[in-house]
Amino acid sequence: MSRKECIAMLLAGGQGSRLGILTKKLAKPAVPFGGKYRIIDFTLSNCSNSGIDTVGVLTQYQPLVLNSYIGIGSHWNLDRKNGGVTVLPPYVRDKGGEWYKGTANAVYQNIDFIDQYNPEYVLVVSGDHIYKMDYSLMMDYHKEKNADVTIAVIEVPWEETFRFGIMNTNEECAIEEFEEKPVNAKNNLASMGVYIFNWEKLRSYLIEDENDFESSHDFGKNIIPKMLHDQQKMFAYPFKGYWKDVGTLDSLWEANMDLLSDNPELNLYDNKWKVYSVNPTQPPQYIAPEAVISKALVNEGCQVFGEVKNSMLFPGVYVGEGSVIEDSVIMPNVKIGKNVYIKKAIIAEETLLEDCCQIGQKDNTGLTVIAEKMKIPQGVLIKSNSVISLENYQEFGCETRLANNEEE
Amino acid sequence: MKDVMGIINDTTSEESLKGITYNRSLAAVPTGGRYRLIDFILSNMVNSGIRNVGVLTQNNYGSLMDHVRTGYEWDLVRKKDGLYILPPKYNNLGMQGGDIQYYYNHLDYIQSSSQNYVVISGNNLVFNLDLRKIVEKHKESKADITILYKEMENISDNHRYTMLDINQEGRITDMAVNTKRHKGNKTSMELYVMEKEILLDLIDGCISRGYCDLVKDGFIKNIDKYKLYGYRYDGYLEKIDSIQSYYKHNMDLLNTNIWNELFFQSGLVHTKVKDEPPAKYMEHSTVKNAMVANGCVIEGSVENSILFRGVKVHKGAVIKNCIIMQKSEIKEGAFIENVIIDKEVCITAGKRLKGEISYPIVIEKKAII
Repeated sequence: MSRKECIAMLLAGGQGSRLGILTKKLAKPAVPFGGKYRIIDFTLSNCSNSGIDTVGVLTQYQPLVLNSYIGIGSHWNLDRKNGGVTVLPPYVRDKGGEWYKGTANAVYQNIDFIDQYNPEYVLVVSGDHIYKMDYSLMMDYHKEKNADVTIAVIEVPWEETFRFGIMNTNEECAIEEFEEKPVNAKNNLASMGVYIFNWEKLRSYLIEDENDFESSHDFGKNIIPKMLHDQQKMFAYPFKGYWKDVGTLDSLWEANMDLLSDNPELNLYDNKWKVYSVNPTQPPQYIAPEAVISKALVNEGCQVFGEVKNSMLFPGVYVGEGSVIEDSVIMPNVKIGKNVYIKKAIIAEETLLEDCCQIGQKDNTGLTVIAEKMKIPQGVLIKSNSVISLENYQEFGCETRLANNEEE
Repeated sequence: MKDVMGIINDTTSEESLKGITYNRSLAAVPTGGRYRLIDFILSNMVNSGIRNVGVLTQNNYGSLMDHVRTGYEWDLVRKKDGLYILPPKYNNLGMQGGDIQYYYNHLDYIQSSSQNYVVISGNNLVFNLDLRKIVEKHKESKADITILYKEMENISDNHRYTMLDINQEGRITDMAVNTKRHKGNKTSMELYVMEKEILLDLIDGCISRGYCDLVKDGFIKNIDKYKLYGYRYDGYLEKIDSIQSYYKHNMDLLNTNIWNELFFQSGLVHTKVKDEPPAKYMEHSTVKNAMVANGCVIEGSVENSILFRGVKVHKGAVIKNCIIMQKSEIKEGAFIENVIIDKEVCITAGKRLKGEISYPIVIEKKAII
């Protein structure tokens, strides 16, 4: 294999447990977002648009959807003769094998993969975040600073610093201290989980970390603090723009709603930086004469006969006559019958809502979430703040569309 | 269907489509919000299991090539077979008109393909059909050539079609191309199934006698020699051969029954993917009875219209009964009614354009008004 200056390792094995029922059968990077994307599309598109053509995708938790979604990477223009996308699950070696124990261990277990390309630099990114970023500019910065490690950082509101890994830097942006979720932060520059390492250096730290039995084998908790301690040349790369970790159901809902404003910070309409995704092969959407649509994102294959306000419809959604959808995120192929009312909800893929049912209540600001492939029978009322999944659907008088043997 | 290859004949053109075919061949005419005409027949072939498709081209095939490229979206990037664009050659036969010369110029491709059967199709009929049925029927009936046809309700426009006379056994006894006085209602859908050997015989027969047209010379002059059978199709069909039929077909898609039949019934319609973001409806937009493709941003009002990918409708703009192709922009307060707007057109603020339903205005590609 010919040499690459830089390859990317994309961490996509996380469960995203705070996304609850949405990630029951889905790794977090595969969660649908933004009307037609899955979360991982943003990072893969960033790689593609930044000219990085070799990406190792580290998978572990519920990889089936993700694996078939990524395929050979052609949808992101990453199907290459030399390089391209390689999905990297944990595997067995001559002395046995084990799961990825942490983010650093996941990369450690793939040292052989990286060595095949003999790269100068390795970009480590997470498939959990939503942002558009040109990694090539960060690479220029890394070289200019002659750094060993560069960590992308973004300014966060001071009152939220306790949620992030905070970088304390000097005037030259050199990192002097790293604090994970500090109570009294000294700075408001949060790590975005985007790192550029000189490979040779990272390689030796990964091996060292692997032999440390007290380590939790995590970049943020172990590798970065160790490198700081050893006074490696570490710089913060200040990024300006939209960046979001949609860790919870509420933040997922909110980030989707952000896109409905007139000029959202995350611009999906820039032809020079397209966000790629797998196309569902559907016709253009049909909006009926009696439909009312305002402040909405709607996709291919949708048919709308009812009212859609301040909401997002993923591809293939059907909205029957007299139905009203407000402040909601409706994921692919959800079918909504007649006279259904939906208020502030996330409804996952392929769920069926029969005529006259109601999801959420008019004057309630609580978020209601319905898992994939559920069936809400005619006339059933689901109160705000409910979360309906395979575990509890019967308590709500609902049914599942899964075949029996798929139930757990 | 492993034993069937497809040929799409994009060498015919329609003068009456005017501006729309000025820069592109008929198969490359944009339609239905995100498609080009070739998508329908090409998807029919691929969805039926055909894995080897040749496209005969004439002039202006740049747009077509740009659209199908390697055939990736139709799953036709194959090590063996796949998609073949068959470009025109210098007219070494001295033939005026007719399509036989195009077949003759690519005899090599036809001969060397491993399949024994061939499905030949025209370039401007829109329908969604599983072709396996017609191929099975063809083999069963021991016909030499099977022609797909539809019984039309309105026989006043028979001159647009090739009319067939079919006897009770289903055998075609006579054919007439663009006849004005034919009283029948069976119209050819320009889709033919035959053994490849028969196609090669027909091509050879025509070339050696100085004939130039597959249907007029190959089929009609041999109607007693070969057994031609009809296969009836009953679904939605539109032939795009004039501004009026183009306009009507696109407006037909606002009928949900037709929308469902054409885009889902026998298989999905594949097309070039543009990775456009979702369509965005701003707070004060009003959209009624419209087909809207991804990438559109709508602030104004849209009624009974088709918007292709990436169309921008600014505040206060009013669009009625229009077809607006890719990346066109309708600025603030403009009013357009009964207009077909080609790609990348800009209608500047406050302009008014009004055609007639029976005679819509056509605005050419990249015009600024």
